[in-house]
Amino acid sequence: MTSRTEPLAAGGWPPPVLDPAGPFAESVTTLAWVLLLGGGAVLVIVLAMLGIALFGPPRLKTRLGGERAIWALGFAFPAVVLTGLLIWGLTLTSSLSATRVAGDAMRVKIIGEMWWWRVHYQDADGREMLRDANELHIPVGRPVLLELEAADVIHSFWVPRLGGKMDMIPGRTNRLLIQADAPGIYKGQCAEYCGGPHALMGFIVVAHSPADFARWRASRLPESAGAGRGLALFLSSGCAACHTIRGTPANGLAGPDLTHVGSRRTLGAGILPNNPGTMAGWIADSQAIKPGNRMPAYHQFSGDELRAVSDYLVTLK
Amino acid sequence: MRSETGFDPALYDRFPTKEPRPEGEEEELRRIWCKPKGWEYLTVVNNNYVGIYYLGTAFLFFLMAGVLALLMRAQLAAPMLEILPQATYNQVFTMHGTVMMFLFAVPAVEAAGVLLLPQMLAARDLPFPRLSAYAFWAYAVGGLCFFASIFVGLAPDGGWFMYPPLTSKAYSPGINTDFWLLGIGFIEISAIAGAIEIIVGVLRTRAPGMSLDKMPIFAWAMLVFAVMIVIAFPSIILGTLLLEIERAFNWPFFDAARGGDPLLWQHLFWFFGHPEVYIIFLPAAGMMSMIVATVAKTELVGYRLIVLAMLATGFISFGVWAHHMFTTGMPPMTTGFFSAASMAVSLPAGLQVFSWIATLAIGQRSFNAPGLFVVGSIVIFVTGGLTGVMVAMVPFDWQAHDSYFIVAHLHYVLIGGMVFPLFAAFYYWMPMVSRRALSERLAKWVFALMFAGMNIAFLPMHLAGLQGMPRRVYTYLPGQGFELPNLVSTIGAFMLGLGVLLFLIDLARNFRLAPGGGNAGNVYDGATLEWLPSELYSARSIPVVRSREPLRDDPRLAGDVAKGRHFLPGSATGHRETIVTSPLLAEPQYLQIMPGPSAWPFAAAVFTAGFFLALTVQAYSFAWVSAILAVVSILRWLWETDRPVRDEEVDIGAGIMVPTYVTGPASHGWWTMVILLVVMAMIFIMALFSLAFLASNQPAFWAPPPSMAAGLPIYFLYGAAFLAALAARPLLKRDARWPVGLFFASAFAAGSALWLDWTGWSAAGLAPQASGQGAVIAALQALQAFAVGTGLLMAAYCAARVARGLMTQPRSNTVDLAMLFLCYTAAQGLTGALFGRAIGMT
Repeated sequence: MTSRTEPLAAGGWPPPVLDPAGPFAESVTTLAWVLLLGGGAVLVIVLAMLGIALFGPPRLKTRLGGERAIWALGFAFPAVVLTGLLIWGLTLTSSLSATRVAGDAMRVKIIGEMWWWRVHYQDADGREMLRDANELHIPVGRPVLLELEAADVIHSFWVPRLGGKMDMIPGRTNRLLIQADAPGIYKGQCAEYCGGPHALMGFIVVAHSPADFARWRASRLPESAGAGRGLALFLSSGCAACHTIRGTPANGLAGPDLTHVGSRRTLGAGILPNNPGTMAGWIADSQAIKPGNRMPAYHQFSGDELRAVSDYLVTLK
Repeated sequence: MRSETGFDPALYDRFPTKEPRPEGEEEELRRIWCKPKGWEYLTVVNNNYVGIYYLGTAFLFFLMAGVLALLMRAQLAAPMLEILPQATYNQVFTMHGTVMMFLFAVPAVEAAGVLLLPQMLAARDLPFPRLSAYAFWAYAVGGLCFFASIFVGLAPDGGWFMYPPLTSKAYSPGINTDFWLLGIGFIEISAIAGAIEIIVGVLRTRAPGMSLDKMPIFAWAMLVFAVMIVIAFPSIILGTLLLEIERAFNWPFFDAARGGDPLLWQHLFWFFGHPEVYIIFLPAAGMMSMIVATVAKTELVGYRLIVLAMLATGFISFGVWAHHMFTTGMPPMTTGFFSAASMAVSLPAGLQVFSWIATLAIGQRSFNAPGLFVVGSIVIFVTGGLTGVMVAMVPFDWQAHDSYFIVAHLHYVLIGGMVFPLFAAFYYWMPMVSRRALSERLAKWVFALMFAGMNIAFLPMHLAGLQGMPRRVYTYLPGQGFELPNLVSTIGAFMLGLGVLLFLIDLARNFRLAPGGGNAGNVYDGATLEWLPSELYSARSIPVVRSREPLRDDPRLAGDVAKGRHFLPGSATGHRETIVTSPLLAEPQYLQIMPGPSAWPFAAAVFTAGFFLALTVQAYSFAWVSAILAVVSILRWLWETDRPVRDEEVDIGAGIMVPTYVTGPASHGWWTMVILLVVMAMIFIMALFSLAFLASNQPAFWAPPPSMAAGLPIYFLYGAAFLAALAARPLLKRDARWPVGLFFASAFAAGSALWLDWTGWSAAGLAPQASGQGAVIAALQALQAFAVGTGLLMAAYCAARVARGLMTQPRSNTVDLAMLFLCYTAAQGLTGALFGRAIGMT
């Protein structure tokens, strides 16, 4: 799989909002550039007027110093500009609205939780096909309709390079369209303050070429639950009370589904790269990494046991 | 010239008077408006003291919230720092926003109003000096206790916007949130008390002849400001009340699983929260308009345009609240409306900015301290205004919302629109309250550091936002490009802090309070009345105002006023007093006798604060004792008011006679009660809105209300309550016992109606804990019960006054006000009974 950006090493210039990777972000980027440059130009004009008022020749000062100038510069000019902008804004808003969803959109339900994300892939009829967490896989070139909900408090789903943000509000289902036109990894983050470690509630979207996406889908169907000491420790140490690994007795629902945790690119909801070392560190003391998250630290594991559990989990591809 | 009240404007020509003033007149004024000594500094009510206390306390909160900001900037200087732990940071950012908005910005401009308005309008004081003292002490005691919560780790941590369900009991079980809800809800009450005072002060205590079109722009700004508070703040008072009730008694107003809705909070909060921004901005803009004209040594260009712009801002600002909710999934039609309104509200701001530029253009250039801050303010505010237009565009807001772009935008608007004007005002009006002006030399450094620091701190935040950095984060991961902008922001923030520190040093060196005269004088050559020579009683005599800039147009005015050649050169009754004038043309109507210093407002404020704080820490018995003591203190303070006056008519100068006791719609008390009732009505209307909102958003949880017809006895009883109260006023002539009996009858009729109403709902199976509908209906009943209870208290108060022979006859302000309140109570109850039954009727 090709990846244009690394999730944890992106940044710099251009900033994601001005670096769209799909049509829904793109039209907003055009608007953003017009607003930024236009706003800058207006600022220069106002500063020039202020400069004239203070230092200009008396002839210009007099013209600036009357009610006609106030009406013209303070009212008529902005009124014309704003009317134009408003019309553009209204048109764009309705064209981006998820009510006009394209027929071939893929559908995914994402549920915000205190401080991670449930991802439920659905078929065309809205039936759940697959569960995952903190990571969304999509095919390029195809709109994806997200149904956004919240399990506890208000969260907000935001992947700047793919589109604007949308709040996840208890009792409601909000819809958001995103689309990526190039394969890659797109970083997102919760944008609505949700208490505690809100700052560390990350998310990634992985966009695949259609062929890669099909391969990814296929890889999800068999449940390769594995076996051995790691699984035994997982089941006997209380992990299974919160986590599900399909194909094993572990069926807890409070935390992320771990059936394919080994294939995820990040841990802790978008904040750590995923490898045996970080996995072991997370299990041993996730509270030091992401204070306040709902998973207790597992200090009771010996180094050996910790290795067994983390080695087992990273094999869950 | 037309007359508003039948007053003959030709009488103004008698001023300035020629005759010499009697010996000892000025000494008597000085004796009546004497300086406090020792403990009396706690019981002062004069605006010169209360205004300074108020402004000083607000500035203290600015400094403390500023320190919190520096702590945050230190934590964010680099990724994954651990200077402030997560839980502390969440408390610190919540407190920074809350304190800046509620304990600094609104009180600071209100304090400026208390301090400046009487002088500017040449009134002796604001019309309700004890109410100002109460509002100040309640704010100071409550605010300081609230702030102290951060030192013990109990400060609220849900953000200044307090969105449920994060702030509901389930996700915020500690008392941190209760501190916010009770502390802030209570401070809003103090803000409303100040606003009522300012409205009546501006409309009824202007110097004779100061018609509305001659009123200083700052007074216009304060008038619009105060009206906006009266309309906007009830919404947040209701919101905090509902959320606190949800937390304490489990009534599900905001719980979607039981027919509440978290979005209801957002509507209630932002219906207050966005006007709040203009509430802060308008008075500061008013200061700018005053200062810019003086600095440029010319008349303000576009006075009428600015007044128009301020009225338009006030009006439009009530149609923009949902632009904070563009990402909540509202339909495009709705977002479109709020987007258009949000853009429209920038037009009046444009008019004001170009009026200031025009004034600078025709005037003389001068970069004294106020001048520097005025120019800096324009630059910063315009930048913030432009990013404001950007985020008013819905699709752009979907990206910018809740990112650091917004943090940048709001700080540009608020610092440019309020903090810089306030600093300009500090420099400009300092010579009025201090024996020495502040240092011009240091001011250049203060300005340079603050201006540069502000831009260095907040300009990079635009970039951080576009890079995807969300707001309200206690840290960030490395490698996203956030490092550089954040480090630069931190450096800028500390520069800004250094500028403020330098200002403090200047303040310590040069600020010497001079309330009893001997101030530094008219350093900047201002042309409005606050620059008249003044003492605690303001100007010696109250001038006839013939133009917008009286001091510039009549160079002899200051001397004449000081020699007592205008209105009220001494005390006409031997009491503190001021002239009440008509609202439009400011024609003298009557002489208001003002209350003097008293410990009761202070006691009432301390007990009110004690009540709310005790509720927070769940010390309920202490809370009830405090509440009773607060009510007793307020009644005791009122007890001394509304007494019979010896002279029915007095000479207020040049043989012009006015009455000393006026009742009915012309009296300032009547006006105040009407404004208070508007506040109560707004709270009630927002509660009715809540019911309608839940009905349309959670129809599945809606139970059929009791039938309209079954409510007939209720409507009848409320009607009877209304008529009984109304009859009290004319019957006072016959016997002072008539109104007392009628008030009790009215309160009992309203109470019975309320009881019938509630039993009807209970019979329909509604319980407050079961559904959002039940919760809001019960809240409406609780509001009504509060009104009925207060009405009953008023009836008892009237009874006590009659028993002690203190009721004036044939007319009495006490009876008038109780009548108004009880009539309103009946009307509110009737509206609630009808509305509750109409919503969801099948």
